Amino acid sequence: MAPLLALRDVDARYGPIHALHGVTLTVGEGEIVALLGANGAGKTTTLRAISGTVRRTGMLEFAGRPLGRRGPESVARLGIAHVPEGRGTFSELTVWENLRLGAYVRRGSLKADTARVLQYFPWIEARRNQQAGTLSGGEQQMLALARAVMQRPKLLLLDEPSLGLAPLVVAEIFRIVQELVKREGATVLLVEQNARSSLAVSDRAYVLEVGRVAVEGSSDELAENEDIRRSYLGY
Amino acid sequence: MAVSQLTRTLPTTVRIKWTGWVVPAILAGGCIFLVVGSIQSALFAQQTVSGLANGGIYASLAVALVLIYRATEVINFAQGALATFTTFVAWQLLQWGLPYWPTFVLTLLIAFAFGATVELVAIRPVERRGNVLTVVIASIGLLILVEGAVGWIWKPTVRFMPSPFPLHFWNVGGVAFSSQDIGTIGVSIASVVVLWAFFRFTKLGLAMRAAAVRPHAARLVGVRVSWLLSLGWGLAATLGAIAGLLVAPNPSVQLSPSMMDGILIYAFAAAVLGGLESSIGAVVAGLAIGVVLSLLGSYVSWVTPQLQLPAAFVLMLIVLLVKPSGLFGRTTVRKV
Repeated sequence: MAPLLALRDVDARYGPIHALHGVTLTVGEGEIVALLGANGAGKTTTLRAISGTVRRTGMLEFAGRPLGRRGPESVARLGIAHVPEGRGTFSELTVWENLRLGAYVRRGSLKADTARVLQYFPWIEARRNQQAGTLSGGEQQMLALARAVMQRPKLLLLDEPSLGLAPLVVAEIFRIVQELVKREGATVLLVEQNARSSLAVSDRAYVLEVGRVAVEGSSDELAENEDIRRSYLGY
Repeated sequence: MAVSQLTRTLPTTVRIKWTGWVVPAILAGGCIFLVVGSIQSALFAQQTVSGLANGGIYASLAVALVLIYRATEVINFAQGALATFTTFVAWQLLQWGLPYWPTFVLTLLIAFAFGATVELVAIRPVERRGNVLTVVIASIGLLILVEGAVGWIWKPTVRFMPSPFPLHFWNVGGVAFSSQDIGTIGVSIASVVVLWAFFRFTKLGLAMRAAAVRPHAARLVGVRVSWLLSLGWGLAATLGAIAGLLVAPNPSVQLSPSMMDGILIYAFAAAVLGGLESSIGAVVAGLAIGVVLSLLGSYVSWVTPQLQLPAAFVLMLIVLLVKPSGLFGRTTVRKV
């Protein structure tokens, strides 16, 4: 079966800075794939290349459709939810308005979606009229996930959901991500600095080094391989 | 770095409560003063109402400025010229024999299309390449261009623009209120309220607010931000058109290519006074400027019509010295 997402020889640059040098990777339906690597390796840029927030060349295919010329609005409409670095919270808007925006491209009632989201994040109900900017970091990260769930995504792009959060909160977020995959049939491409915990939740992983895929394999393999762990993952 | 820039760039912002009761207290005091004064004196009541009418016009133009400022951080210097243009279009339609209210509606539609097109043709290409300053310069260029075009098409002479409201006075407790003043207040307030409801309660309005505060994140949920910017310019131009249509019949203004120049300055003052990011602030400040100038003009002998503009600036200066973020502006700092 063809993978849900396929990148082949994808290049991306920010002005004169060449950030991706031919990244090739695939994500199959229902998988959690981790994208690891040091700072500046191109993890975030890979996600941006997929969602169209950076200019890219090469082959990008999602569910059999080319992404190459699409901007972020159009990629989002295909069913890719990108939770960016810094969570993309609309901090001036209320919690509910943030959720509402997740379902922006859809018409009709949101009751079913809201109920679904509240299953995973029951605390949201009581805080729906609170300004999103006043939530704690962990809550904002969960709100960002909740907003992504409202998008009914086929593919979820998560950029460092663990950044700056307490270990317990990180564990909770990873647990919810796994549950989303199991119960909603979502597929996840997860960018992380935190190699150990992301290898624990993911099926496969790619390690990026200066804009290229340096190592790939199943997450268990990578976690067990002493050399790879030492030289690339730093733990 | 300006306060507004800080608001935009920092990831998490919190509101400092600048002794949150002072501004409401001053406003409430002002309202009580106006009501009591109006009950005491017929002249005072009349001046207050005519001040509110002028203020309503400043307010709607100020809200138009705020609308564009919030979306793009640009003060649109062409706002007044666009309004003048659409008012001339209305005048032309009336000359061709169209009745007033159909003309009014048609003019608003034309204004919307015109504003959106201007964004598409003149602003977007500039914005894509340059920065905020480039866009400001483009809007100044637009001001000169549109005003010149109006003078060229309709000749730079003063025209008579009819009022939508039949000349009529209501007598309430010995005070005569003109239908022109009451109608102007009603229409300008109604248009601002409709706009507010649009932003508050519709999905498109929500998307526009989201696009204004965080355009990149908005695009990631599928909001077509660039189209919403055109929409915003269209709405701003529509508000401007309303202001133009309401102000042109005023005998002290009259329809001419430069008619909005002075009014735009009051609207700037109102927008800045209100805090630039706040539509409510712009409305309150617009009304306040209208009333204060009207009362100063009739009770302080040396504030002649020529001195009203400086008076508005003094007022603005005093408020900004005391509260630099404007009456309703938010001071923001980084959350540690």
